[in-house]
Amino acid sequence: MIPTTFEYARATSLGDALQKLKAAGEGGRLIAGGHSLVPLMKLRLSEPQVLIDISRIPGLSGIDEHDGRIIIGAATVHHDVASSAVLQARCPAVAEAAASIGDPQVRNRGTIGGSVAHADPSADMPAVLLALDAEIHIEGPDGGRVVTASDFFLDLFTVDMRADEIIASVQFTPVRSAAYAKLYQRASHYAIVGVAASLDVSGGAIASARIGVTGATSHARRLINVERALAGQPLSTATIESAAQLAGLELDEVNADIHASAEYRRAMVQVFTRRALSAAMARS
Amino acid sequence: MASPPVLPKLVGERVKRREDPRLIQGRATYVDDLKIAGMQHLAFKRSDVAHGRIRSIDVSAAEAMNGVEAVLTGAQIAEMLAPMPIGTPFPSPPHRAVAMDVVRYAGEPVAVVVASNRYTARDAADAIVVDIDPLPVVVDPEAAMTGQPTVIHPDFPNNLAVALVPSGTGVTPDGKVDDTAIDKAFADAEVVISQRMMNQRLVPNAIEPRGVVAHYEPGKGSMTIWSSTQNPHILRTMIAAMTGLGQDQVRAIAPEVGGGFGAKINIYGEEYVAAAISKRLGIPVKWVEDRSEAFVATTHGRDIIGYVDIAAMRTGKVLGLKLRLIADIGAYNMLLTAAIPTLTMLMANGTYAIPAIRTTLTEVFTNKTPTDAYRGAGRPEATYFLERAMDMLARELQMDPGELRRRNFIAPDAFPYATQMGAVYDSGDYGKALDLALEASGWKDLVVERDAARKDGRLVGLGLAMYVEVCGLGPSSSLPTGGWEHSQVTIERDGRISATTGASPHGQGNETTFAQMLADQFSVPIEHITIHHGDTGVVKQGIGTFGSRSQAVGGTALHLAGGKVKAKMARFAAALLEAHEDDIVFENGRIGVKGSPASARTFAEVAGYAYVPVPLPPGLEPGLSEGAFFEPANNTYPFGCHISMLEIDRETGEPKLLKLVAVDDAGHLINPLIVEGQIHGGLAQGIGQAMVEEAVYNDDGQLLTGSFMDYALPRATDFPRFELHATVTPTPVNPLGAKGVGEAGTLGSTPSIVNAAVDALSQFGVTHIDMMLRPEKLWRIIQGGQA
Ligand SMILES: Cc1cc2nc3c(=O)[nH]c(=O)nc-3n(C[C@H](O)[C@H](O)[C@H](O)COP(=O)(O)OP(=O)(O)OC[C@H]3O[C@@H](n4cnc5c(N)ncnc54)[C@H](O)[C@@H]3O)c2cc1C
Repeated sequence: MIPTTFEYARATSLGDALQKLKAAGEGGRLIAGGHSLVPLMKLRLSEPQVLIDISRIPGLSGIDEHDGRIIIGAATVHHDVASSAVLQARCPAVAEAAASIGDPQVRNRGTIGGSVAHADPSADMPAVLLALDAEIHIEGPDGGRVVTASDFFLDLFTVDMRADEIIASVQFTPVRSAAYAKLYQRASHYAIVGVAASLDVSGGAIASARIGVTGATSHARRLINVERALAGQPLSTATIESAAQLAGLELDEVNADIHASAEYRRAMVQVFTRRALSAAMARS
Repeated sequence: MASPPVLPKLVGERVKRREDPRLIQGRATYVDDLKIAGMQHLAFKRSDVAHGRIRSIDVSAAEAMNGVEAVLTGAQIAEMLAPMPIGTPFPSPPHRAVAMDVVRYAGEPVAVVVASNRYTARDAADAIVVDIDPLPVVVDPEAAMTGQPTVIHPDFPNNLAVALVPSGTGVTPDGKVDDTAIDKAFADAEVVISQRMMNQRLVPNAIEPRGVVAHYEPGKGSMTIWSSTQNPHILRTMIAAMTGLGQDQVRAIAPEVGGGFGAKINIYGEEYVAAAISKRLGIPVKWVEDRSEAFVATTHGRDIIGYVDIAAMRTGKVLGLKLRLIADIGAYNMLLTAAIPTLTMLMANGTYAIPAIRTTLTEVFTNKTPTDAYRGAGRPEATYFLERAMDMLARELQMDPGELRRRNFIAPDAFPYATQMGAVYDSGDYGKALDLALEASGWKDLVVERDAARKDGRLVGLGLAMYVEVCGLGPSSSLPTGGWEHSQVTIERDGRISATTGASPHGQGNETTFAQMLADQFSVPIEHITIHHGDTGVVKQGIGTFGSRSQAVGGTALHLAGGKVKAKMARFAAALLEAHEDDIVFENGRIGVKGSPASARTFAEVAGYAYVPVPLPPGLEPGLSEGAFFEPANNTYPFGCHISMLEIDRETGEPKLLKLVAVDDAGHLINPLIVEGQIHGGLAQGIGQAMVEEAVYNDDGQLLTGSFMDYALPRATDFPRFELHATVTPTPVNPLGAKGVGEAGTLGSTPSIVNAAVDALSQFGVTHIDMMLRPEKLWRIIQGGQA
């Protein structure tokens, strides 16, 4: 539990962070809440030479609403997301997912940007961002770019981001009729399976649906077949029950570990898809 | 003169723990807080493989690092230290503090670095290159018993540390076995229940990992060793023996100790190595375990298989019990390892008069971290096997689980009750504990509630378990260390009181309970009393804290020492007041003559006189300081009944504990608040074992649950509000009537919860579920039942 030697620098602005990151080269690493990085360092699975702390950059944390879009700064800690009045009212799924993360210490330190960048296969936020069709706003040496969540999560701990880039914010249009449901791993409180469902309801029917699942596979992904089965159907328990049956079937290479076999995880994807959809429906 | 304020009686009151403010405000001193000028730091290089032959160890890169004082391999350590002793009379293979040629579990030390700071030490340990030829690994004890695929210690064929020790009805002390009675019990039985049960391996997980500072002073030729240990006096004895010093030359100190749970009874290789290196190099050295090390390098608990057969009549009368135990003790015998499962045999009766019992015990080496005591140490295992079997029997007979138990209880007028396992239960009234638990839980209403919930499709279950445990260890005949405790009570010259206890607390609250006792004994304010412990330089003698013995044995020694000083003080007072010592009364901080309060002197005045005794009363020596040893004639046997209600999510298999009612009888209570705290902690660990805790190894001998990311500890949110109740059946074994309560919570809770889980899933035809109650396991039962 003792990391290798490293240097530490605190960035004062995004530009400063980008510059420090570039100057540090290969051995440079951003640190936000440190709740994924520091455990790896203590086990010496990660041995960065320079840590660039972005957690106190002015303007990088906070939750804003602009022109109907919600903007969450990358350095916003889970606790602030969980307790945000705006999110609780306008997009409770995000708040409830944040509230389900780890324990109070983790939520007071860990950030949404770090969670997204780290892309743990059992992290909660990726599933929710998929369901909300969120955008990841990234800054780099050559300026900014925007990647949708669907394109961002590529593989195990792998995202569409280069080592010299920084996530600045995540942005999405709030959806009230969305929900997150999670089966807890009892030790870490990460998700064995977590499902976020978002429904676009009009006139008693589901216009469209988006579902993100985490914990089941190498990285968070959408359940396209379930989404299709819901689209255009009347909003009802029967619709949800039958669409949820499809959940899990389309997943190949389901994760297995001491906490849950692949078979169980697959079955839980179905259960939690139904639960998330039911909760989303209840909010519509 | 105004009469002094009346001091309230404190024994039996809910006095808040005096030690807590410093502990919760970060103002306490733990081993890692110690700094000594010139102190160097140790780091251990540990084996990554679970079994292998060391081909070579290259320390050159490590030695060359800046700040590295020395790097020592097993061979060099062996020049300073003999193999480590154990504390049980069982045969044991040689166990080196640092492995010399073969490593036998992942985490076993192979080299040690001495460096100027902890970081350098760790970097240097990483730079050591160890080449190990892997040997086959065995992690399953029943496989290991075949001697395949490997024999871990050459002198122990089939990996048997202890082979088939019989005990119980028809077994004589010289080991002759007569099976007539047990065979007849099973032949006569109308019902026989048989079940293999696994009591899984657990990681003790004290909040404070282990740590040691050893300081040998060459000029004085003496050693001071600070360690996070439960028993500094045993540490002192062992360190002296291993380093070739006299016990007068070693001072062992347990500063604040952040939990032990049994795992800090053992004297560890790291402690010997620190002492030996300090002595060799003539410098103070420190080693502090990190959390990853604690998972593999500190002893584990439980890990015992029980093959249980119970023979009964349809009336519920139990005729016989067979308990075949196979204990997986890991790679080595530690201080008490071999003795722990013998306590499981000892307690095989539980609360029942069972006419015939046969237990056998086999202890097996595997390539895992060694086991040793863990809260309850052998008794939760006995309770679990027996109470699960009783529950299975009740289910088979379709009898109320409480009623079945009642029909088999040892009668309240049968105490002291000698069991055929060799225990003499001091006192008990098991029916009373059961009655109170049934009443307090509203059992009848719970049954109605459960049945109603089932009609709604919910999976709700009720579970009940009785327990009795052996505590207050224990006459010297049962402990190689000696089974007494010691205390010295000193009235200081200013009238304040210093008292020592050899029962070194690490969370038990003795600073409060023992002060309460003295406050009452002398009728002085509790603020005037300091309890010293954990330092062999201050506490003359002691054994330590384990086996729920602090109050029953240590508390009694204190009471006796206090009595001696009080008698002497009364004689000084008598001289001062020109009265007879029998007429002297201690009241509200004053000492006077019965019936004439006006003449009373303050406590401090009498104390002052005892130290400047002019004139010295005839027959008295100056001073007020007396010691007492207390050796109990027998152990104590607290008992109780725990009831659980549990619901299982039909879709996910997740269990949720809805209710836990605990009735515990620990005899007279000095401080019910502290007792409840002890029970809460015990319940948390008992619930943890039933529901979330399990050390899982893969076939290569790697601990897969080697961090808190994968090894779950129960959280406050996992618990219902604990409903605690007590019956009071004092023990005749000590004058306090106190039995011991440190481990009790772990005994009844675990089986009551598993019994509730089986009850909840009984509609699926299940009769037993091995712990932990992993959701997937329960889900599979539900799936299988529906299919
Ligand atoms: C005990 C425990 C329990 C946990 N339980 C859960 C849980 O239940 N659910 C869950 O989802 N998570 C859980 N986590 C993880 C937690 O949410 C982390 O906080 C999160 O995954 C990472 O955020 P961070 O701010 O701590 O990132 P850090 O640890 O600081 O960084 C993680 C990685 O992201 C990079 N990074 C950080 N910020 C940025 C940025 N703005 N742009 C680009 N790269 C960046 C870092 O360089 C690093 O590689 C748990 C963690 C712990 C320790």
